[in-house]
Amino acid sequence: MKSRYEVVIGLEVHVQLTTKTKIFCGCSTEFGQSPNSQTCPVCLGLPGALPVLNRQVVEYAIRAGLATNCSIAPHSIFARKNYFYPDLPKGYQISQFELPICEHGWLDISTEEGGDKRVGITRIHMEEDAGKLLHNDVNSSSVDLNRACTPLLEVVSEPDMRSAEEAIDYLKQLHQIVVYLGICDGNLEEGSFRCDANVSIRPWGQKELGTRAELKNLNSFRFIKQAIEYEVERQIDVIEDGGEVVQETRLFDADKGVSRSMRSKEEAHDYRYFPDPDLLPINISSDWVESVRKDLPEMPVEKLKRYQSDLGLPAYDAGVLVAEKGVAKYFETLVALHNQPKVCSNWIMSEVLGALKEKNIPISACPVSPELLAGVLKRIDDNTISGKIAKTVFEEIWNTGKNADQVIEEKGLKQVTDSGAIEAIVDEVIAANPGQVAEFKAGKEKLMGFFVGAVMKASKGKANPGMANQLLKKKLAE
Amino acid sequence: MSFESFTIQQLRKKLVDGEVTSVELTRACLDRIKETDERINAFITVCDEQALAAAEEADRRLAEGDTPLLTGIPFAVKDIFNTLDVRTTCGSKILDNYVSPYDATAVQKLRQQGAVIVGKLNMDEFAMGSSNENSAAGPVRNPWDEDRVPGGSSGGSAAAVAARQVVATLGTDTGGSIRQPASHCGVVGLKPTYGRVSRYGVIAYASSLDQVGPVARTVEDCAIVLGAVAGYDPADSTSVDQPVPDYMENLAAGVKGKKIGLPKEYFVDGLDPDVKKAVEQAIETYRELGAEIVEVSLPHTDYSVACYYLIATAEASSNLARYDGVRFGVRKDEGEGLIGMYQRTRAAGFGDEVKRRIMLGTYALSSGYYDAYYLKAQKVRTLIRQDFLDAFKQVDLLLTPVAPTPAFKLGEMVDDPLQMYLSDIFTIPVNMAGTCAMSLPCGFSELGLPIGLQLIGQPFAEAEILQAAYAFEQASDFGERSPQL
Repeated sequence: MKSRYEVVIGLEVHVQLTTKTKIFCGCSTEFGQSPNSQTCPVCLGLPGALPVLNRQVVEYAIRAGLATNCSIAPHSIFARKNYFYPDLPKGYQISQFELPICEHGWLDISTEEGGDKRVGITRIHMEEDAGKLLHNDVNSSSVDLNRACTPLLEVVSEPDMRSAEEAIDYLKQLHQIVVYLGICDGNLEEGSFRCDANVSIRPWGQKELGTRAELKNLNSFRFIKQAIEYEVERQIDVIEDGGEVVQETRLFDADKGVSRSMRSKEEAHDYRYFPDPDLLPINISSDWVESVRKDLPEMPVEKLKRYQSDLGLPAYDAGVLVAEKGVAKYFETLVALHNQPKVCSNWIMSEVLGALKEKNIPISACPVSPELLAGVLKRIDDNTISGKIAKTVFEEIWNTGKNADQVIEEKGLKQVTDSGAIEAIVDEVIAANPGQVAEFKAGKEKLMGFFVGAVMKASKGKANPGMANQLLKKKLAE
Repeated sequence: MSFESFTIQQLRKKLVDGEVTSVELTRACLDRIKETDERINAFITVCDEQALAAAEEADRRLAEGDTPLLTGIPFAVKDIFNTLDVRTTCGSKILDNYVSPYDATAVQKLRQQGAVIVGKLNMDEFAMGSSNENSAAGPVRNPWDEDRVPGGSSGGSAAAVAARQVVATLGTDTGGSIRQPASHCGVVGLKPTYGRVSRYGVIAYASSLDQVGPVARTVEDCAIVLGAVAGYDPADSTSVDQPVPDYMENLAAGVKGKKIGLPKEYFVDGLDPDVKKAVEQAIETYRELGAEIVEVSLPHTDYSVACYYLIATAEASSNLARYDGVRFGVRKDEGEGLIGMYQRTRAAGFGDEVKRRIMLGTYALSSGYYDAYYLKAQKVRTLIRQDFLDAFKQVDLLLTPVAPTPAFKLGEMVDDPLQMYLSDIFTIPVNMAGTCAMSLPCGFSELGLPIGLQLIGQPFAEAEILQAAYAFEQASDFGERSPQL
């Protein structure tokens, strides 16, 4: 769908960090506690309180910068962003302005045409979160400051994206990266990963950017895509009607699928940024950066390569396994216990992910641990059970938490491998189906499936299918 | 028994010897305050109950034996220090009802040393002022002449010591707020190097300039209190991890062989003749004590006041944003809307001088003006600091007047804020440079008003200026006179 206008999108993502305590005080960052139970004079902004920087936040910022190809500033400073709002206790937010901790990074995304494209990351900086406002009724609101002073990284992209799809690809990658780095839990609904989109349009060929609108309140990838597409249409309509796009902030209403103007950016504050005199500059040695680099976990891009080159998995499998950090971890744990990567991959992709999807639970809550699953795979390998029976065993483990051996024992699912026993069943089947035997001997070789099926049925699925096949062939050839 | 003339060491001896109990001492102190404070108005809050409870506890500890030096001795602190369970107003209506849930670190340290806190001292609102006329609790009067100001913003801290209500107090100094009132009230006041004492729990005015310091009648008492509160505090990122020396150790070392610099920019025409005479005599005394007097130059002195009133007000405009009526303090609810509530609360809660400085600071930081004002002022500040560091390559300390005139009359400068600002002209540069200085009595005017001299030391050389001050104090008797109340 090519229109007369080029779409230009820049994204600002606020990543809430999973440090145990807040960025400038020792209060817990735990989500969902009773209001104002995780506060102290510092994060309450009480008179006389002073901030003290949490070193872990700086380390997480360095990780994020390295994973997005940024340069890490050896010298950066905190600045105060001044404005009044009830969820901002000090009347200013401690953020970074002139000397952010990371700059000039990039991520490669795939374009609609099928190629790769580089999206620049202008900067990443550290800042504190504000509290939460809860609107009680028309006349009153309540302020919960548990979230105040929670550490955030703000990741600002260059306006390099040209479609909602590209924006989503960028966001999904960034999301994957921060989860992989272990610095963010990536929970969009809870607000751990917040995206604001700056959208503008311009006639094809125009160098100047059009006036942009900022879209806020986008808490799922689906809504982000919807909101961007809606905004593009809206701006095109405005222009085609002869109007001008106004620089403003718009809130997306997910229920109605539309956005409304929140406030005009022209009225927006002069934040009067200045270096925060209560905090020292952050000096980061190259030694520190190198030690963080060394300790970086293996990132999705690297895993993709490794799963294919070292473990021999096809690209598709690798892609599925790597998409979520928890799944990759599950896979790697499983392979360490049962060194058949493709078998493991198959089982995860079909049984594990299938069941998780059906029951709508995350991998972290999967009742079948890699250890339990390895137990099943081992029993297939040593012929105790067939691949088909194994699926039943898996389901039973899922529901009861017992291990493979327990289930096989209790349910009597042991494969029959005694050739004598199978031979007896084969004889029975042959005797019971003279018509099909005759057809088979006459050349209808497809009927082998029927005979194997019959043997499996008679043995209640426990006959080793390979052996059944072999013995049938032998007997039918007689 | 009257304890007013005793020093900390003398009070200590009486307590340890059992001649007096902390409860008796504290009661006498509270009585003295009751007798005198209606006229002086040095105190905003007197906390009798808590003080007597602390005194009882101190007596228990004294009876058991080994106790820290300040045990059982009554002190008071400027109402800018957060004190647990005792009102902290900062001299402002907007904090009229504010009771802090925590103690400032400096207060904690005093308490750990056994001190008994008897009350919170009057001050210019949010530490903005040089006369203590900007207080929501009314002006403080100079004990030497009740028609005159005690100086500010730690007016209460200095007046309480001069009036012998308490043996020593804590104040804060951002542009001279300890030294200037100490000078006007004939007592000793010290502003430590920036970062020497923790600012945690001190209500912030100008974060890069504020420092906590002692006010007392003697140099030795200042040394004792400084030693009690100084030191690195992990809760204050700007406090410096430098060991605290024993300030008492070489107090009597004298000044033989020391080089004392006289910055020529501080000795210009327009200095009050009484001030000029007293300071010149003090210089002579130092010569007699064996110091070498050298003329030096601090070339950027003239820019200091302008610089200060851009940086301090900019920081203040941000620091005072939290007084919005939402979580604590006074709130003006009547009427509609959030912005309306902010405006009504702050309009009613802040005094004129505070509003003036918030507006000035907001302007200096605003888009289009930031570079020309705030940024430029910070650059000049570096030059001012360099002036001092250069001077200290030639001399060990500097000697200057504290204030251009002795204490002026109440109401005399209230209508001329800029004139009021100029009264800090000798003290401000020290805060800009971040180094230490003290004020001690060096004479009296024809009208009998105290005149102070300022000793400025190198960063973290508090011991050195205390030594020089002590030498002068021993060679003179200005500190021994007391106002007739």
